[in-house]
Amino acid sequence: MKISEIARILEAKVCYGEDMLDTEIRSACASDMMSDVLAFVKDQALLISGLCNPQVIRTADMMDIKCIALVRGKMPTPEMIEIAKQKGIAILTSEFRMYVACGALYAEGLHPGELRV
Amino acid sequence: MTSLRLEFDVSGNNFASAGTASDEVKKKLKMLGINPVDIRKVAIAMYEGEINMVIHAGGGKAIVDIYEDKIDIILKDNGPGIPDISLALTEGYSTATDTIRDLGFGAGMGLPNMKKYSDEFKIDSKVGEGTTVYMTIYFG
Ligand SMILES: Nc1ncnc2c1ncn2[C@@H]1O[C@H](COP(=O)(O)OP(=O)(O)O)[C@@H](O)[C@H]1O
Ligand SMILES: [Mg+2]
Repeated sequence: MKISEIARILEAKVCYGEDMLDTEIRSACASDMMSDVLAFVKDQALLISGLCNPQVIRTADMMDIKCIALVRGKMPTPEMIEIAKQKGIAILTSEFRMYVACGALYAEGLHPGELRV
Repeated sequence: MTSLRLEFDVSGNNFASAGTASDEVKKKLKMLGINPVDIRKVAIAMYEGEINMVIHAGGGKAIVDIYEDKIDIILKDNGPGIPDISLALTEGYSTATDTIRDLGFGAGMGLPNMKKYSDEFKIDSKVGEGTTVYMTIYFG
């Protein structure tokens, strides 16, 4: 699923990464706790989170995650956008709540896709 | 065997900048052409360790030695120490405050993640003196 498709399903605004909309995303994970995200390695994943601070971007970067969708209308800070730029990570923001965002993407075929390490 | 040594001061009073040492190591390994799967293991293990030094120990030092076939990571702090290491290693065990949880950490998965992603893992800790974590990850 392309990032543009994810943005459409989540009715999301693209805060950073207009030039990455064609990037293919194969799996997803959702959490407000970063260690939960770090516990399961995924391939070309989307991170869905209600947490809005620079560590969300750092966590994504450590996991080679290329796109973050913030839920509940959270807006990334300038500092978050700056790190996202350096790392080439797209940031979307959606008014949806976590449960709805996950359900919508899952229903359209975006599944967890965990890898063995 | 020759190694490349990197040393970092991890500041204890700047949560926003936590993770910069791990980021530097990640960039260096990428430059050296280490395979992405190993880089990811190193990045996650070291990042969790760096976060722990920031949220539990008021900061510390990271000493990283990169060899051709492995990386040694030492994370050393002068924080409060860990009274019961095997308890601390339990998935879900955390003494983190609500403030830390609101920042996205304190799920009690940090040490288990570090252990999971490293090939060799050891903690030395003394209450009142500090904690040192040793991690080795082999490449390939
Ligand atoms: N460097 C450290 N100094 C002191 N205590 C630590 C340190 N690292 C971990 N701990 C203790 O071990 C517990 C578990 O750590 P961890 O698994 O990383 O979970 P979390 O950081 O989410 O609490 C922490 O809550 C803390 O009590
Ligand atoms: Mg931790």
